[in-house]
Amino acid sequence: MYFAKEVLSQSGELRKKWEDEVRKVVSKVPDQKERWSTVSDLEIKRLYTPEDMKDMDFARDIGYPGQFPFLRGNQVTGYRGRYWTFRMFSGMGSAEDTNRRWHMLLKEGQTGLSTAFDFPTLMGYDTDSPKARGECGKCGVAIDTLEDFLQLVDGIPMDKVTTSMTINPPASVLWAMYCAAAEMKGVPLTQIGGTIQNDMLKEFIAQKTFMCPPEPSVKLISDTVEFGTKYVPRWNTISISGYHIREAGSTAVQELAFTLRDGMEYVEDVINRKGLNVDEFAPRLSFFFNSHIDFFEEIAKMRAARRIWAKAMRDRYNARDQRSWWMRFHTQTAGCSLTAQQPYNNVVRTAVEALAAVLGGTQSLHTNSLDEVLCLPSDSAVQVALRTQQIIAEETGAASTIDPLGGSYFIEALTNEMEEQTWDYINRIDEMGGMVAAIEKGFPQLEISDAAYKFQRQIDAGEKIMVGVNKYVTDEELPIPLLEIDDKVEEDQIARLNAVRRKRDNKAVKKSLDDIKNACKKGENVMPHCIEAVKNLASVQEICDVYREVYGEYRDPGLY
Amino acid sequence: MSERKLRVMVAKPGLDGHDRGARVLARCFRDAGFEVIYTGCHQTPAQIASSAIQEDVDLVGLSCLSGAHRYLFPQVVKLLQENGAGDITVIGGGIIPDQDCQKLYDAGIKAIFTPGTPLDVIVDWIKKNVKPLE
Repeated sequence: MYFAKEVLSQSGELRKKWEDEVRKVVSKVPDQKERWSTVSDLEIKRLYTPEDMKDMDFARDIGYPGQFPFLRGNQVTGYRGRYWTFRMFSGMGSAEDTNRRWHMLLKEGQTGLSTAFDFPTLMGYDTDSPKARGECGKCGVAIDTLEDFLQLVDGIPMDKVTTSMTINPPASVLWAMYCAAAEMKGVPLTQIGGTIQNDMLKEFIAQKTFMCPPEPSVKLISDTVEFGTKYVPRWNTISISGYHIREAGSTAVQELAFTLRDGMEYVEDVINRKGLNVDEFAPRLSFFFNSHIDFFEEIAKMRAARRIWAKAMRDRYNARDQRSWWMRFHTQTAGCSLTAQQPYNNVVRTAVEALAAVLGGTQSLHTNSLDEVLCLPSDSAVQVALRTQQIIAEETGAASTIDPLGGSYFIEALTNEMEEQTWDYINRIDEMGGMVAAIEKGFPQLEISDAAYKFQRQIDAGEKIMVGVNKYVTDEELPIPLLEIDDKVEEDQIARLNAVRRKRDNKAVKKSLDDIKNACKKGENVMPHCIEAVKNLASVQEICDVYREVYGEYRDPGLY
Repeated sequence: MSERKLRVMVAKPGLDGHDRGARVLARCFRDAGFEVIYTGCHQTPAQIASSAIQEDVDLVGLSCLSGAHRYLFPQVVKLLQENGAGDITVIGGGIIPDQDCQKLYDAGIKAIFTPGTPLDVIVDWIKKNVKPLE
């Protein structure tokens, strides 16, 4: 019991008195609306009291930072030893364009890199594929071969800066390029650090960047986990992502539940397929959450996430290494909370969301730029976004003490409620036979569609407010400068790819592609062959075409 | 005798996977009483034009958030026209900067709806401007 009996009884008495007062006041000044709820439509009470925490046990449910159940964070010293990593997601146009942006960000005090690729790269197509027409460099950097990649990391100290790459179906290929580039710069694989997103389940659920069907997609992921465990020990080989689930319209609880259940699916596959012990690889699993506009709901979500994962790893998978119980995560503020209308308001939204992420104990953070709802961010917009994090870290005092909202009646009650609802979802998915089976049934996809449609209807009805969209609307708006990606980037990139194809040893390319194919057919690990292939200047699509040929292609079932 | 229901296709051209808007609209059109066909993501303009013709739709709604609308949207209109289906109304939505809209109208896109548009505005536009094709 969290509070002594006397406290609870005092609270009960005071509560009765307060409730009488409330009735009186409400009869004169009625509440503005009958029901108050979070952005995810979780109902919120007028007041939380010790009674909302009466079933809690301090040691079991709350505890200390760096101790099970990690509700209050992984790090025993919090942010005092080191702030979260300031990691801005960036990529646009050509490798040179993105490399220039990276150097600017590092100069401005960014502490980690994060790569946005364009759609052809994300989907495993080369820039000259007919399917890629019009997409090159538009929403990220275009990478076709190792030559582009070397340009991307030019002048980047790969032994010091960690790099995250948002890449999924071709994750093995782009990671192979990173490994090859490091080796060519004389940095051993044991010294490079970073993350590949490499989370295919959430692609089927939400982001829809897919290539092969779910089962072989999970196999390719287990290959990277196994390779990382053996040869690249500082690399996070999966970033199990709720971000895109939320952006697709899920509630906060759905984000939590589907993400954690995805994580469990990967753990089970690596154990079963690769025969690794859970403690050999689990410490390198990482997570990625959205920080949406509902401040307390987000903080509670992140706290609950750590506690659920710790319990699952300890009790469901019998992990014994404390680091296997840790949930380390990156956070990005919510793109879907931003508005094209009155875009300067987005700076405020992002600041609030970033503060929630810090109070939720994130290890790494991307803050969206005010113009990201309209285009890729301009230099000046990115600078404001990065400064937002730096102001939170250096000026606000938010990082001075660990989990400052821990023990709040409201936060603890909300954390418990979200955890409970998450376990309900996890149990339902278990009953369906796991996440791959649930995806095949369309379960998470349709749950998200329901939530997204309900939210849009609430916005249209004025039940939920987006300032500048359905309230406080203005006719005239301040124009902001927009970054435009020249269509010429595509022409140049195709010319560059053709030049590489002419100069490389095509026999060596074919041999290494055959080696990948054989590994796929035999169920062996593809990673060593991928590294060989990219060194021979095989392109992203050439390698992905092998995967498509052996494993088949997944088509969007078009559920809504 | 009442007119037959409008048949509308919601389509996602290109490699973009941001389908929240498309899925929400597909549901909204269904609730508005239209017959809805949703293509799912990753359709080429040729696939979209050919399904639109095969399905006898009255309207195609294109959604793209990747920035590739400048190529993809006009391409769908062009392919419909080349295949004798220029009477199918094509509208679009997504992250479309203002300065691109005129070019898209010139290419034959009849309306562009960007983020923040209430669903009913889109439904009303369709009811007013699109009639079942003979």
